Formats: sequence, C-alpha cells, structure tokens
Amino acid sequence: MTLTAIIFAGILTYLTRMTMIALISRDMLGDKIKAVLEYVPSAVFPAIIFPGIFINDFGTFIEMNDPKIFGALVAVIVGYFSKNIIATISAGLVSYWFLIFVVFN
Amino acid sequence: MLTKKQLFTRGMLDISPHMLSVIPFGIICGAIGVELGFHPYLVYAMSFIIFGGASQIVFLQLLSGGASSLVAVASVGIINSRHLLYGAVLSEYLEKLSFIKKLLISYIVVDQGFAESNKFFKNNRSEEFLHYHLIGTGCTMWVCWQIATLSGIVLGSFVPEELGLKFAIPLTFIAIVVQDLKKLDHVIVMITCGLSSLLFFDAPFKSYIIISPVIALFVAALLLRLKK
Repeated sequence: MTLTAIIFAGILTYLTRMTMIALISRDMLGDKIKAVLEYVPSAVFPAIIFPGIFINDFGTFIEMNDPKIFGALVAVIVGYFSKNIIATISAGLVSYWFLIFVVFN
Repeated sequence: MLTKKQLFTRGMLDISPHMLSVIPFGIICGAIGVELGFHPYLVYAMSFIIFGGASQIVFLQLLSGGASSLVAVASVGIINSRHLLYGAVLSEYLEKLSFIKKLLISYIVVDQGFAESNKFFKNNRSEEFLHYHLIGTGCTMWVCWQIATLSGIVLGSFVPEELGLKFAIPLTFIAIVVQDLKKLDHVIVMITCGLSSLLFFDAPFKSYIIISPVIALFVAALLLRLKK
C-alpha cells in the first residue's frame, strides 16, 4: 500500500523533472520567458531558505532573537566575501553552535 | 574544449562542497523514516524512487500523521514541481541531446546540481559536452544521498539532534544565491520569494514552495519591463 504510494510519488516527481527537459522544445519559449527564467535560482531558493530559518519544527515563527537568524547573517556575510561554499556553511553552523552551546547555555 | 571526463569531474567538484549539508540531512531523513515506524526497505525505496530530499520526509510525516495516500502523493508532486522551472532553464543547454538521453538525465536533476551546473553552463556555453557537468553533479548527489539515507536507516540518528544540522540546508542555499545579492533586481526577486514563502507557509499541500517562486517570477517580469 505504502509502496504503491511511493511509486506514484516517484512517477510524479520524475515527471516534474522530465517534462520541461524532454517534452518542451526551447523554441516553444519566447525571448521574454527566457529572460524571466534567468531569475529562477533567485526566485526559487529563498522559498527553501526563509522557512528554514524563520519557521521552527512545529510550523510556527521563531523569536527575533533566535540563534538561526544570527547564523544565517554570518553565513551571508562570509559567503558574500569568501565566495566559498564550505566557508559559508561552516561559518553559519559554527556561529549558530556558538550561540546555542556557549552564549545561551 | 574540455573532454567528457573533465566536465564530469568538474561537475563532481562543483557540487561536492554541498555534501557538507546534504549528508547530515540524508542521515536525518533515513533515521526519521524508521523512527516514524516505516519499514526500512520502504524508507530506502523512497531515496531510489523519489530521490527528493525534503519531499521524502513530508511524505512519511503525512502518512504517519494519518493523511491519505492521495494527500501524501499530491504533496510530493507539489513540493517537487519546482523542478519544472529547473527543466525550463536547463532545456536550452540540453537541446541537442537525444530523447532517450534527455529521459535519463532528467532523473538526476536536483536543486544543488541544477544551481551549480546552471552557473557553469552560463559561463561555458561553447562546450560541446556540457551535459557531462550535469551528470557529474547529479551522480555525486545521487550516490551521496543513497549512502546517507541508508546509513540513517541502518544506524539510526547517530547525528546528535542538539546540533540542529537541519539548519545546514538553508545555509547551503544561501551559499548558492549569495553572490546575486550584488544585483538589486535579484535582491528584490529573492525578498519577494522569501516573504511570500513565509506568508503562504500554511497553504495546503506545502504549496508555498511553488506559489512563492511564481510570485517572484512575476515580479522579475515586471522588473524586466521597467528596465527597458
């Protein structure tokens, strides 16, 4: 029963990946749409970033003094200047841990 | 002109820093599935059949919370519908591939792989075997995801929960978009998407994950008009 659902979810997910790559030819999209598609990363990833920071495991907003906000800000600053993915992630995590284990403890 | 092997390796190298967040998250995903009471084989089958990070957790949480299979399947479809946007962007670079190759490569299109390969494609349009970069990012992601979720299933959550490693996921995506903060139009699009995602967070079927990009792309279209 669950396996059937997993298979359907898998087919659906595969269709989301395949449709635009295999079934739509690039010529079907006009120049205006192509120009808008340039913004896809900026238009999609904040929908993963913002809830990941501002909403907790229980689906409610965090307090404004939550360590995740500080960690994210440090990650933005370090990422902006270092242009390095590992430095960005580590800086965010370490500053977050510093607050939860050292400062707030 | 780079060879296929060089492009594949470049793809692997470009995505590997993201494994710092993907591997702990995969372990957590596998462990949660078993903790929620699902058979280990089923939890692993998802990594192979769905191969879609957060959507796998949502699927199991919905089912264990008593939601119908239909609701769980629909939620996975909606959460993963963002791949339609990735496909629309990538199609330009994959146009010359045969239909079969397009069908195969589609399976390994994931967020971080799309982001890194798209950056590479934009700067190396003339390369003949560009798609090998995408195969490199996708395969690296696939192998790491399988190993990570499997270890979570077998060993349980050996990653201490107190570390809050789920927080590494937003950080990995910050690393992807942070350089675009230099451009005001991109900043406006990002803030629109981010605020919309918080505003629509409680929309049914987790649909905030596709509603907010659509709103943000409308804003992007408006900005393009203003620029002219």
